[in-house]
Amino acid sequence: MTTRIVELRRGILKKNDELAAGLRASYATAGVLVLNLVSSPGTGKTAFLEWTLRELKARGARVAALVGDLETDNDARRLAASGAPVRQINTHGICHLDAEMIGKHLDGWPEVTLGGLDYLFIENVGNLVCPSSYDLGERIRVALLSVTEGEDKPLKYPTLFNSADAAVITKMDIAEACSFDRELALRNINEIRPGIRIFETSAKTGVGMEEWLAYLAEARGAL
Amino acid sequence: MHELSLVTSIVETVTETLAALPDSSRGSRVLEVRLRVGALASVIPESLEFCWGIVSEGTPLEGSRLVVNLLPVVVHCESCGQDAELQGVQSFRCPRCGEPCSDMRQGRELEIESIEIDDGEVKA
Repeated sequence: MTTRIVELRRGILKKNDELAAGLRASYATAGVLVLNLVSSPGTGKTAFLEWTLRELKARGARVAALVGDLETDNDARRLAASGAPVRQINTHGICHLDAEMIGKHLDGWPEVTLGGLDYLFIENVGNLVCPSSYDLGERIRVALLSVTEGEDKPLKYPTLFNSADAAVITKMDIAEACSFDRELALRNINEIRPGIRIFETSAKTGVGMEEWLAYLAEARGAL
Repeated sequence: MHELSLVTSIVETVTETLAALPDSSRGSRVLEVRLRVGALASVIPESLEFCWGIVSEGTPLEGSRLVVNLLPVVVHCESCGQDAELQGVQSFRCPRCGEPCSDMRQGRELEIESIEIDDGEVKA
Protein backbone atom coordinates (compact mmCIF):
# COMPACT_ATOMS: atom_id res chain seq x y z
CA MET A 1 0.00 0.00 0.00
CA THR A 2 1.37 3.41 -1.00
CA THR A 3 -0.35 6.31 0.66
CA ARG A 4 0.16 10.00 0.13
CA ILE A 5 -1.43 13.30 1.01
CA VAL A 6 -2.81 15.55 -1.71
CA GLU A 7 -3.34 19.21 -0.72
CA LEU A 8 -6.61 20.60 -2.07
CA ARG A 9 -7.38 23.86 -0.28
CA ARG A 10 -10.68 24.09 -2.11
CA GLY A 11 -13.82 25.80 -0.86
CA ILE A 12 -16.69 23.38 -0.39
CA LEU A 13 -19.08 26.02 -1.74
CA LYS A 14 -16.67 27.05 -4.49
CA LYS A 15 -19.22 26.41 -7.24
CA ASN A 16 -21.78 28.66 -5.53
CA ASP A 17 -19.16 31.30 -4.77
CA GLU A 18 -18.04 31.40 -8.41
CA LEU A 19 -21.62 31.71 -9.67
CA ALA A 20 -22.27 34.44 -7.07
CA ALA A 21 -19.16 36.33 -8.21
CA GLY A 22 -20.52 36.22 -11.77
CA LEU A 23 -23.89 37.53 -10.60
CA ARG A 24 -22.23 40.28 -8.56
CA ALA A 25 -20.33 41.42 -11.65
CA SER A 26 -23.50 41.49 -13.77
CA TYR A 27 -25.40 43.45 -11.07
CA ALA A 28 -22.55 45.97 -10.97
CA THR A 29 -22.48 46.35 -14.75
CA ALA A 30 -26.25 46.88 -14.80
CA GLY A 31 -26.10 49.38 -11.93
CA VAL A 32 -28.76 47.58 -9.90
CA LEU A 33 -28.64 47.45 -6.10
CA VAL A 34 -29.33 43.87 -5.00
CA LEU A 35 -30.42 43.00 -1.46
CA ASN A 36 -30.84 39.58 0.14
CA LEU A 37 -33.43 39.53 2.95
CA VAL A 38 -32.98 36.77 5.52
CA SER A 39 -35.00 35.94 8.65
CA SER A 40 -36.97 33.23 10.42
CA PRO A 41 -40.36 32.27 9.01
CA GLY A 42 -42.95 34.73 10.32
CA THR A 43 -40.67 37.72 10.95
CA GLY A 44 -42.57 39.74 8.37
CA LYS A 45 -40.15 39.80 5.43
CA THR A 46 -43.02 39.82 2.95
CA ALA A 47 -44.95 42.64 4.67
CA PHE A 48 -41.72 44.65 4.95
CA LEU A 49 -41.00 44.07 1.28
CA GLU A 50 -44.59 44.86 0.21
CA TRP A 51 -44.23 48.27 1.84
CA THR A 52 -40.75 48.82 0.39
CA LEU A 53 -41.74 47.88 -3.19
CA ARG A 54 -44.89 49.99 -3.08
CA GLU A 55 -43.13 53.08 -1.74
CA LEU A 56 -40.12 52.82 -4.03
CA LYS A 57 -42.41 52.38 -7.00
CA ALA A 58 -44.52 55.38 -5.97
CA ARG A 59 -41.31 57.43 -5.91
CA GLY A 60 -40.45 56.43 -9.45
CA ALA A 61 -37.82 53.74 -8.76
CA ARG A 62 -37.61 50.66 -10.97
CA VAL A 63 -37.90 47.66 -8.65
CA ALA A 64 -38.35 43.89 -8.87
CA ALA A 65 -38.29 40.98 -6.44
CA LEU A 66 -37.43 37.31 -6.36
CA VAL A 67 -39.01 35.39 -3.52
CA GLY A 68 -37.98 31.97 -2.24
CA ASP A 69 -40.23 29.48 -0.49
CA LEU A 70 -40.31 25.72 -0.28
CA GLU A 71 -43.77 25.64 -1.85
CA THR A 72 -46.62 27.96 -3.01
CA ASP A 73 -46.56 31.27 -4.85
CA ASN A 74 -48.53 33.07 -2.12
CA ASP A 75 -45.74 35.53 -1.36
CA ALA A 76 -45.15 36.36 -5.02
CA ARG A 77 -48.84 37.14 -5.41
CA ARG A 78 -48.79 39.38 -2.33
CA LEU A 79 -45.71 41.25 -3.54
CA ALA A 80 -47.00 41.57 -7.11
CA ALA A 81 -49.90 43.68 -5.80
CA SER A 82 -47.31 46.48 -5.54
CA GLY A 83 -47.21 46.51 -9.35
CA ALA A 84 -43.53 45.49 -9.41
CA PRO A 85 -42.45 42.41 -11.38
CA VAL A 86 -42.09 39.50 -8.95
CA ARG A 87 -40.95 35.95 -9.54
CA GLN A 88 -41.43 33.06 -7.14
CA ILE A 89 -38.68 30.49 -6.63
CA ASN A 90 -39.93 27.21 -5.18
CA THR A 91 -37.06 25.24 -3.71
CA HIS A 92 -39.13 22.08 -3.08
CA GLY A 93 -37.55 21.21 0.24
CA ILE A 94 -34.22 23.01 -0.02
CA CYS A 95 -33.83 25.32 2.97
CA HIS A 96 -32.07 28.23 1.25
CA LEU A 97 -31.64 30.00 -2.08
CA ASP A 98 -28.35 29.55 -3.93
CA ALA A 99 -26.64 31.47 -6.71
CA GLU A 100 -27.63 28.92 -9.34
CA MET A 101 -31.34 29.35 -8.55
CA ILE A 102 -31.01 33.13 -8.77
CA GLY A 103 -29.18 32.93 -12.11
CA LYS A 104 -31.79 30.60 -13.56
CA HIS A 105 -34.71 32.77 -12.49
CA LEU A 106 -33.10 35.96 -13.77
CA ASP A 107 -32.59 34.35 -17.15
CA GLY A 108 -35.73 34.15 -19.18
CA TRP A 109 -37.70 36.62 -17.04
CA PRO A 110 -39.51 38.47 -19.82
CA GLU A 111 -40.55 41.56 -17.79
CA VAL A 112 -37.15 42.14 -16.26
CA THR A 113 -33.64 42.93 -17.44
CA LEU A 114 -31.07 43.87 -14.84
CA GLY A 115 -30.17 47.00 -16.80
CA GLY A 116 -33.77 48.20 -16.46
CA LEU A 117 -33.76 48.07 -12.66
CA ASP A 118 -32.66 50.30 -9.81
CA TYR A 119 -33.32 47.74 -7.07
CA LEU A 120 -33.69 43.97 -6.98
CA PHE A 121 -34.85 42.42 -3.71
CA ILE A 122 -34.34 38.75 -2.98
CA GLU A 123 -36.54 37.40 -0.20
CA ASN A 124 -34.79 34.26 1.00
CA VAL A 125 -36.45 31.13 2.37
CA GLY A 126 -37.44 31.69 6.01
CA ASN A 127 -34.44 30.19 7.83
CA LEU A 128 -31.75 31.74 10.01
CA VAL A 129 -29.11 29.07 9.46
CA CYS A 130 -28.47 27.88 5.91
CA PRO A 131 -28.99 31.10 3.89
CA SER A 132 -26.01 32.61 5.71
CA SER A 133 -23.63 30.23 3.89
CA TYR A 134 -24.88 30.96 0.38
CA ASP A 135 -23.69 34.10 -1.36
CA LEU A 136 -26.23 35.29 -3.94
CA GLY A 137 -23.96 38.04 -5.24
CA GLU A 138 -25.95 40.63 -3.27
CA ARG A 139 -24.53 44.00 -2.31
CA ILE A 140 -26.43 44.13 0.97
CA ARG A 141 -27.48 41.25 3.18
CA VAL A 142 -30.28 42.22 5.53
CA ALA A 143 -31.01 40.23 8.68
CA LEU A 144 -34.55 40.78 9.97
CA LEU A 145 -35.81 40.12 13.47
CA SER A 146 -39.32 40.75 14.80
CA VAL A 147 -40.20 41.98 18.28
CA THR A 148 -42.07 38.71 18.92
CA GLU A 149 -38.96 36.54 18.50
CA GLY A 150 -36.87 37.29 21.55
CA GLU A 151 -34.03 39.74 21.96
CA ASP A 152 -31.39 36.99 22.05
CA LYS A 153 -31.94 35.81 18.47
CA PRO A 154 -28.68 37.43 17.27
CA LEU A 155 -26.78 35.48 19.97
CA LYS A 156 -28.51 32.23 18.98
CA TYR A 157 -27.83 32.70 15.27
CA PRO A 158 -24.54 34.60 15.20
CA THR A 159 -23.50 33.45 11.72
CA LEU A 160 -26.33 35.26 10.00
CA PHE A 161 -26.19 38.44 12.06
CA ASN A 162 -22.41 38.57 11.77
CA SER A 163 -22.55 38.27 7.98
CA ALA A 164 -25.29 40.89 7.57
CA ASP A 165 -24.72 44.44 6.33
CA ALA A 166 -27.90 45.83 7.89
CA ALA A 167 -30.36 44.65 10.53
CA VAL A 168 -34.08 45.37 10.56
CA ILE A 169 -36.34 45.00 13.57
CA THR A 170 -39.92 44.47 12.38
CA LYS A 171 -43.36 44.80 14.01
CA MET A 172 -42.31 47.70 16.26
CA ASP A 173 -46.01 48.64 16.49
CA ILE A 174 -46.58 45.69 18.85
CA ALA A 175 -43.27 46.02 20.75
CA GLU A 176 -44.94 47.13 23.95
CA ALA A 177 -47.53 44.34 23.92
CA CYS A 178 -44.67 41.83 23.55
CA SER A 179 -42.61 43.43 26.35
CA PHE A 180 -39.86 43.83 23.78
CA ASP A 181 -36.63 44.97 25.44
CA ARG A 182 -35.32 47.32 22.77
CA GLU A 183 -32.04 48.19 24.48
CA LEU A 184 -31.19 44.53 24.96
CA ALA A 185 -31.98 43.65 21.34
CA LEU A 186 -29.81 46.49 20.04
CA ARG A 187 -27.00 45.49 22.38
CA ASN A 188 -27.15 41.85 21.27
CA ILE A 189 -27.06 42.77 17.58
CA ASN A 190 -24.04 44.98 18.27
CA GLU A 191 -22.25 42.24 20.21
CA ILE A 192 -22.38 40.01 17.13
CA ARG A 193 -21.88 42.67 14.47
CA PRO A 194 -20.39 45.81 15.99
CA GLY A 195 -21.44 49.01 14.27
CA ILE A 196 -24.07 47.52 11.95
CA ARG A 197 -26.89 49.83 10.72
CA ILE A 198 -30.12 48.93 12.53
CA PHE A 199 -33.62 49.98 11.45
CA GLU A 200 -36.54 49.77 13.87
CA THR A 201 -39.60 49.46 11.69
CA SER A 202 -43.26 48.69 11.31
CA ALA A 203 -44.69 47.97 7.89
CA LYS A 204 -48.10 48.54 9.43
CA THR A 205 -47.60 52.08 10.76
CA GLY A 206 -44.66 53.03 8.54
CA VAL A 207 -42.44 53.87 11.52
CA GLY A 208 -38.74 53.71 10.70
CA MET A 209 -39.42 53.14 7.03
CA GLU A 210 -38.29 56.57 5.82
CA GLU A 211 -34.84 55.91 7.31
CA TRP A 212 -34.80 52.56 5.52
CA LEU A 213 -35.67 54.18 2.18
CA ALA A 214 -32.99 56.83 2.70
CA TYR A 215 -30.45 54.07 3.35
CA LEU A 216 -31.49 52.30 0.13
CA ALA A 217 -31.22 55.49 -1.91
CA GLU A 218 -27.80 56.20 -0.46
CA ALA A 219 -26.55 52.67 -1.19
CA ARG A 220 -27.95 52.85 -4.70
CA GLY A 221 -26.25 56.20 -5.25
CA ALA A 222 -22.92 54.79 -4.06
CA LEU A 223 -22.88 52.02 -6.70
CA MET B 1 -29.25 21.76 8.10
CA HIS B 2 -27.64 21.79 4.68
CA GLU B 3 -24.93 19.30 5.63
CA LEU B 4 -26.19 16.74 3.11
CA SER B 5 -25.61 19.11 0.20
CA LEU B 6 -22.20 20.04 1.63
CA VAL B 7 -21.16 16.38 1.87
CA THR B 8 -22.40 15.77 -1.67
CA SER B 9 -20.26 18.67 -2.86
CA ILE B 10 -17.20 17.36 -0.97
CA VAL B 11 -17.58 13.87 -2.48
CA GLU B 12 -17.97 15.35 -5.98
CA THR B 13 -14.93 17.60 -5.59
CA VAL B 14 -12.70 14.81 -4.28
CA THR B 15 -13.87 12.41 -7.00
CA GLU B 16 -13.10 15.06 -9.65
CA THR B 17 -9.68 15.69 -8.09
CA LEU B 18 -8.84 11.98 -8.26
CA ALA B 19 -9.90 11.81 -11.90
CA ALA B 20 -7.62 14.75 -12.70
CA LEU B 21 -4.55 13.14 -11.10
CA PRO B 22 -1.96 11.42 -13.34
CA ASP B 23 -2.84 7.97 -14.74
CA SER B 24 -1.08 6.05 -11.98
CA SER B 25 -3.62 7.36 -9.47
CA ARG B 26 -6.78 6.56 -11.39
CA GLY B 27 -7.60 3.55 -9.29
CA SER B 28 -6.74 5.26 -6.04
CA ARG B 29 -8.86 4.94 -2.95
CA VAL B 30 -9.39 7.77 -0.51
CA LEU B 31 -8.45 6.99 3.10
CA GLU B 32 -9.04 10.34 4.71
CA VAL B 33 -10.53 13.75 3.92
CA ARG B 34 -9.51 16.73 6.06
CA LEU B 35 -11.73 19.79 6.27
CA ARG B 36 -11.17 23.28 7.69
CA VAL B 37 -14.39 24.59 9.21
CA GLY B 38 -14.66 28.00 10.84
CA ALA B 39 -16.62 28.44 14.07
CA LEU B 40 -19.02 30.74 12.20
CA ALA B 41 -19.57 28.43 9.23
CA SER B 42 -22.88 27.13 10.64
CA VAL B 43 -21.80 23.55 10.14
CA ILE B 44 -22.11 20.76 12.67
CA PRO B 45 -19.29 18.19 12.30
CA GLU B 46 -21.53 15.39 13.64
CA SER B 47 -24.08 16.07 10.91
CA LEU B 48 -21.38 15.89 8.25
CA GLU B 49 -20.22 12.54 9.63
CA PHE B 50 -23.79 11.30 9.74
CA CYS B 51 -24.16 11.83 5.97
CA TRP B 52 -20.61 10.76 5.13
CA GLY B 53 -21.10 7.00 4.90
CA ILE B 54 -24.29 7.22 2.85
CA VAL B 55 -23.07 9.77 0.33
CA SER B 56 -19.61 8.24 -0.15
CA GLU B 57 -20.96 4.74 -0.76
CA GLY B 58 -20.03 3.44 -4.21
CA THR B 59 -17.44 6.20 -4.74
CA PRO B 60 -13.64 6.14 -4.27
CA LEU B 61 -14.34 7.71 -0.86
CA GLU B 62 -16.26 4.74 0.49
CA GLY B 63 -14.92 3.74 3.89
CA SER B 64 -12.82 6.89 4.27
CA ARG B 65 -12.42 8.93 7.45
CA LEU B 66 -13.67 12.48 7.70
CA VAL B 67 -11.49 14.75 9.86
CA VAL B 68 -12.88 18.17 10.72
CA ASN B 69 -10.40 20.80 11.85
CA LEU B 70 -12.49 23.44 13.66
CA LEU B 71 -11.08 26.95 13.50
CA PRO B 72 -11.89 29.60 16.09
CA VAL B 73 -12.91 33.11 15.09
CA VAL B 74 -10.00 35.52 14.77
CA VAL B 75 -10.67 39.26 14.71
CA HIS B 76 -8.38 42.19 14.13
CA CYS B 77 -8.49 44.72 16.95
CA GLU B 78 -7.93 48.28 15.72
CA SER B 79 -7.12 49.56 19.21
CA CYS B 80 -4.46 46.91 19.91
CA GLY B 81 -3.36 46.72 16.28
CA GLN B 82 -3.25 42.93 16.61
CA ASP B 83 -5.26 39.85 15.71
CA ALA B 84 -7.03 38.08 18.57
CA GLU B 85 -8.66 34.69 18.86
CA LEU B 86 -12.20 34.66 20.29
CA GLN B 87 -13.24 32.02 22.80
CA GLY B 88 -16.75 31.76 21.36
CA VAL B 89 -19.12 33.42 18.91
CA GLN B 90 -21.28 35.32 21.39
CA SER B 91 -19.35 38.54 21.54
CA PHE B 92 -17.16 40.18 18.92
CA ARG B 93 -14.92 42.09 21.28
CA CYS B 94 -11.16 42.04 21.65
CA PRO B 95 -10.31 39.67 24.52
CA ARG B 96 -7.40 41.94 25.49
CA CYS B 97 -8.97 45.42 25.58
CA GLY B 98 -12.72 44.74 25.28
CA GLU B 99 -13.25 46.98 22.23
CA PRO B 100 -15.86 45.82 19.67
CA CYS B 101 -14.21 44.30 16.57
CA SER B 102 -15.96 44.08 13.22
CA ASP B 103 -12.88 43.10 11.20
CA MET B 104 -12.97 39.30 11.03
CA ARG B 105 -9.85 37.48 9.85
CA GLN B 106 -10.88 33.85 10.38
CA GLY B 107 -14.03 31.90 11.22
CA ARG B 108 -16.11 31.45 8.07
CA GLU B 109 -13.86 28.84 6.41
CA LEU B 110 -15.52 25.88 4.78
CA GLU B 111 -12.92 24.08 2.73
CA ILE B 112 -11.32 20.77 1.89
CA GLU B 113 -7.77 21.00 3.18
CA SER B 114 -6.30 17.75 1.91
CA ILE B 115 -6.99 14.11 1.12
CA GLU B 116 -4.94 11.03 1.91
CA ILE B 117 -5.04 8.49 -0.89
CA ASP B 118 -3.90 4.92 -1.32
CA ASP B 119 -2.36 4.37 -4.76
CA GLY B 120 -2.29 0.60 -4.28
CA GLU B 121 0.67 -1.43 -5.50
CA VAL B 122 3.22 0.72 -7.25
CA LYS B 123 3.95 -0.76 -10.65
CA ALA B 124 7.62 -1.17 -11.54
